[in-house]
Amino acid sequence: MSVAKPLPHDSARQHVTGAARYIDDIPTPANCLHLAFGLSDTAHGEITAMDLDAVRAAPGVVAVLTAADLPFANDVAPAAHDEPLLAAGTVHYVGQPIFAVAATSHLAARKAARLGRVEIAARPALLTFEDALAAGSRFEDGPRIYAKGDSGAALSRAAHRLTGRIEMGGQEHFYLEGQAALAIPGEGGDMVVQSSSQHPTEIQHKVAEALGLPMAAVRCEVRRMGGGFGGKESQGNALAVAAAVAAAATGRPCKMRYDRDDDMIITGKRHDFRIDYEVGFDDHGVIDGLDFTQYARCGWAQDLSLPVADRAMLHADNAYHLRDVTITSHRLKTNTQSATAFRGFGGPQGMLGIERVMDHIAHHLGIDPLRVRRANYYADAPVEGARPGGQPPGPPGGISGKMKTGDSALAGEVPIRGDGDAASRGADVAMTAPVAGRAAPGDQTTPYHMPVTDFILGRMTERLLDEAEYHARRAAVADWNAAHDVLKKGIAFTPVKFGISFTLTHLNQAGALVHVYQDGSVHLNHGGTEMGQGLYQKVAQVAADRFGIALDQVKITATDTGKVPNTSATAASSGADLNGMAVKVACDTIRDRIAGFLSDLHQCSAAAVVFEDGHVQVGAERLTFAKAVQLAYQGRVSLSATGFYKTPDIEWDRIRGRGRPFYYFAHGAAVAEVVIDTRTGENRILRVDILHDAGRSLNPAIDIGQIEGGFVQGAGWLTTEELVWDDHGRLRTHAPATYKIPAASDRPEIFNVALWDGANAAPTIYRSKAVGEPPFMLGIAPFLALSDAVAACGPHYPALDAPATAERVLAAVRRARG
Amino acid sequence: MNISFRLNGDAVTVDTAPTTTLLDWLRDGRGLTGTKEGCNEGDCGACTVIVTDADGPRTLNACILFMGQLDGAAVRTVEGLSAPDGTLHPVQQAMIDHHGSQCGFCTPGFVTAMACAHLTGATDHDDQLAGNLCRCTGYAPILRAARAAETAPVPDHMRDTPLHLSPSTSGDAATGGGGRSPRSHAAVGAAWGHTAALAATGASGAGDAGWAQEGVRPSTLDELAEWYAETPEATLVAGATDVGLWVTKGLRDLGPVAFLNGIGEMQRIEITDDAVRLGAGVTIAAMREALAPIWPGLGELLRRYGSQQVRNAATIGGNIANGSPIGDGSPALIALGARLHLRKGDVRREIALQDFFLDYGKQDRAPGEFVEAVTVPRGPGAAQFHKISKRFDQDISAVCGCFYIERDGARITTARLAFGGMAGTPRRAARAEAALISDGIAAAQDALEQDFTPMSDMRASAAYRLEAARGLLARLDGSDARQGSVLEVRA
Repeated sequence: MSVAKPLPHDSARQHVTGAARYIDDIPTPANCLHLAFGLSDTAHGEITAMDLDAVRAAPGVVAVLTAADLPFANDVAPAAHDEPLLAAGTVHYVGQPIFAVAATSHLAARKAARLGRVEIAARPALLTFEDALAAGSRFEDGPRIYAKGDSGAALSRAAHRLTGRIEMGGQEHFYLEGQAALAIPGEGGDMVVQSSSQHPTEIQHKVAEALGLPMAAVRCEVRRMGGGFGGKESQGNALAVAAAVAAAATGRPCKMRYDRDDDMIITGKRHDFRIDYEVGFDDHGVIDGLDFTQYARCGWAQDLSLPVADRAMLHADNAYHLRDVTITSHRLKTNTQSATAFRGFGGPQGMLGIERVMDHIAHHLGIDPLRVRRANYYADAPVEGARPGGQPPGPPGGISGKMKTGDSALAGEVPIRGDGDAASRGADVAMTAPVAGRAAPGDQTTPYHMPVTDFILGRMTERLLDEAEYHARRAAVADWNAAHDVLKKGIAFTPVKFGISFTLTHLNQAGALVHVYQDGSVHLNHGGTEMGQGLYQKVAQVAADRFGIALDQVKITATDTGKVPNTSATAASSGADLNGMAVKVACDTIRDRIAGFLSDLHQCSAAAVVFEDGHVQVGAERLTFAKAVQLAYQGRVSLSATGFYKTPDIEWDRIRGRGRPFYYFAHGAAVAEVVIDTRTGENRILRVDILHDAGRSLNPAIDIGQIEGGFVQGAGWLTTEELVWDDHGRLRTHAPATYKIPAASDRPEIFNVALWDGANAAPTIYRSKAVGEPPFMLGIAPFLALSDAVAACGPHYPALDAPATAERVLAAVRRARG
Repeated sequence: MNISFRLNGDAVTVDTAPTTTLLDWLRDGRGLTGTKEGCNEGDCGACTVIVTDADGPRTLNACILFMGQLDGAAVRTVEGLSAPDGTLHPVQQAMIDHHGSQCGFCTPGFVTAMACAHLTGATDHDDQLAGNLCRCTGYAPILRAARAAETAPVPDHMRDTPLHLSPSTSGDAATGGGGRSPRSHAAVGAAWGHTAALAATGASGAGDAGWAQEGVRPSTLDELAEWYAETPEATLVAGATDVGLWVTKGLRDLGPVAFLNGIGEMQRIEITDDAVRLGAGVTIAAMREALAPIWPGLGELLRRYGSQQVRNAATIGGNIANGSPIGDGSPALIALGARLHLRKGDVRREIALQDFFLDYGKQDRAPGEFVEAVTVPRGPGAAQFHKISKRFDQDISAVCGCFYIERDGARITTARLAFGGMAGTPRRAARAEAALISDGIAAAQDALEQDFTPMSDMRASAAYRLEAARGLLARLDGSDARQGSVLEVRA
């Protein structure tokens, strides 16, 4: 049994020896060219003249490409066709690629790219929320509004009312491996692209469009990424397309990788948000009515901003049952980098909005914010963990066969409108008919009318508070603060409830390809990509388990659009859920064939054929797996199979804000303790306790790694990581010298992480839960602990904004003091 | 430029442009792709290598390490950590056992830094690894791995000998695994700084179209003084933690360069009862080690200066000479009343360090003149050293405040309040000093606004800089200071 074991990452040995290959490490043919972009220095304007003679004359330069030189589509947008690879006429942000240089070395290309002389007639640039609102510059025709009940009436009858605003900055992904792609031209115009991408199918699609080729003539391969975090869902398109176009033009292999500064200047980041709120509540802090207005700064192109902003709305409730609520979302178009996917995909921003509201209510009432949170919680599911009205949970691992019948849950195909990449989360999809009212098992629904039936945070909170000794420590913090003037401590508890599934429903599908060779070795392939999250290992554990063989008999292979087609991005935390299930289906197909053959041979029932411990038990006979495979081969049994999986039971109308966008919810909770210096605003996270729900974990070591890493990344977003643009729209924090992700000593000195380890109520792969994104939002706990520490300085609400740099903490101290 | 050194145990000689970086040469010239480029500016540590010279092994960032700096040394990369028979280094095994890698891209840099700490016996892991960024793990499993490997024996192959160190003087470095080897800069440094000024070579560096560039590596101060006076347009390269970026980010061709790390006498530290004299080539790491026992607060400030890799390369002379308004060395030394020794040809002069900084980007240094040393008096007063930055480790100061106070009883008689980040140069707050002596801390805080008109940038706003500087002055009050810094608080 390989599932549920805390096995190391499949590439761990290659990682520590330096043998793991990333794009720039792949040996290239001797005549390989290297690309660099010439960038716009103006936030908005018209290109009036371009003199690239010096670029062409620079040492090592072989080719220079402008928009006019592109043979086919000049577009690298995931869906909306609004992102030219090279600016054609108008530039929309500082850093937008205008021309591409192909030279004999990376350095030669970079040097040459700086020699371009581009004259741009500047136009007024929209940089801020205010700029965009005043100009009516937005994506979609107007704000999206999701509502339930009558928030206006509820607000007017509430005993207490508060209004407020929180601003939260964006976030640079800072994957350690920058964006990179290598294009190798084949015969007959074919192209093979090695890309550091979470979305190989989109790379294939965009390259095919740019070369005027059918998708079948382009193959994209991704062995691993040096980090992705959402930043390689769509942002790698430009490099892959540029390299492929240059390769097609020159007939030579072409590689492109961004220097770190270029990477940070060119590519999109997490959306920064402003959230206004008006909340009405009773004396216990129970919310009567709530209005949120969310503003997302999306940058210059649509990219994935619509589903990101949707997901922010879908997490405006977080763990709290809101009866009368209105959520309004403005998607603002500005002359800055096009904000894109980033771990949590809008969820963190929406969630921080409601957590701020909880904090504000508690401050107003003078009670522990924990009490307000629990008073507003959704009710827990019954202890058995069953989903009322849903399928009962099967025994661990005992879900064979169910998926074949579960397919009917999705009613028909979703029609696609337009010719964008339907495999992108930003795809423009025609609306399905309004969802017929699903019989609610209880009376608690989300603001988007989805029944909440698998909530477990009540129980999780109980356990975490106990293990973290929350109440005793909160009292100790109060005592400490009474004895200290300059330094103040704070403590906070925050929960996470995160919806799992792509909200663009048709993306919730995955394919797998499994071969079993005559010697019993297994070749494993699926549509998910490996960016460090341990997906390959988790899925290999599933394959080994299905065949009852050791993990080292399963060969993990690079994601390849030539093996598994039409894949969705590895995103939305869905990798293991979708691909694990698809691989299980493929393995079971082969296993069932072998079992059928052997049962015929041995005159027993197929059910009496058991695969375990590297052997196959057939009635009284025990064969090695390799022997069983050999017999099946000689019996002319196909030992190769594809697997396919689509998530059941989901449907969603994003315009009306109604339906069941998520298959299930993943949960987590954190208690954080911090200290601040009230003279300088300097601050530290001292201790963090986390309890996280990964369902029945496929690999507890990998899952804990996701939780620890997600937490620190989330805490970084809300503390030290600050993106600063100047008045001309130039990003001033475009390197690690100025943009500060957490360093080793920024992790909490005391850092306790535990798994809840209860079965998923939904029949997912081995009853596990997605774990990629949810822990990121545990980083909200230290942010609100900082707010708590600031609140100890004076009577007024601190209204701390994010990121809580020393400067913002000091400003909040001043506000608290009044 | 011809350069010889040891690479993973084997002697190599290469002919390359002197400012080709080790990282580019390893990856493009040698096919050793385990060492990664993460930022190309020395801020992420993905390119960490171990360089052993007469002072023993230390970590450096290969992305801003010029080939010309390596002559005579020994380099060990991630590919050279496992034993020749393939047995993993203890830190490699611990990283696997403790799940210390996820995406794996930062991992070679981490294990190399960990292996160097393991070799020298250092166990201050947070500081040893402050220059290695990881975006996946949250660091916790990496630190578990570092601790777990502490007691494992050092594999024999890790004990490198510099290529140009005679066996008789190599003893300390070669057996330094059991603890930090004492640094004896003068004697040993000179011993391997043998290379005479090298002739210009028209070299073609890895990954670039060739350019003719003169690179010299003098071994004495006299040699440097003579050459630089004749070649005043040249660039002097000490640690290359700043000059490196002129090449990797500014894409500049530097013209003639002189590498200073072969000049043993420039790395000398002389400590007497009255003063400490630091040669301009003394690294920040060596400076920290020497000065922390005298001024613990300065030791703590220097602990937060760059990262281990940066402190191992950067020199106090370079830090002063580049005139940065936000370098942490100068405010500290100005507060202590340091004096600067400059030299051009045979002419030497000495000035107060605070007078060296004329204006933003402008120092009192003539063409062909260089910083030879800095002398720091050991005054009777008390000194404080404070740094405010967005991140505690490996960050550039928004405000650096360093204070030297002499008292007669309760009365302050002398005050030197030096700040970085508050003006175009590192500077003393003259009005605040006067106010402090005459009227106390509150008056000094108010006077700061007359001393400084700081700027707003990506690190902090002008208003915050002033407010934070006021907050730092408040730490002169004993009762407040007793409440400590957030770095000293535990849960």
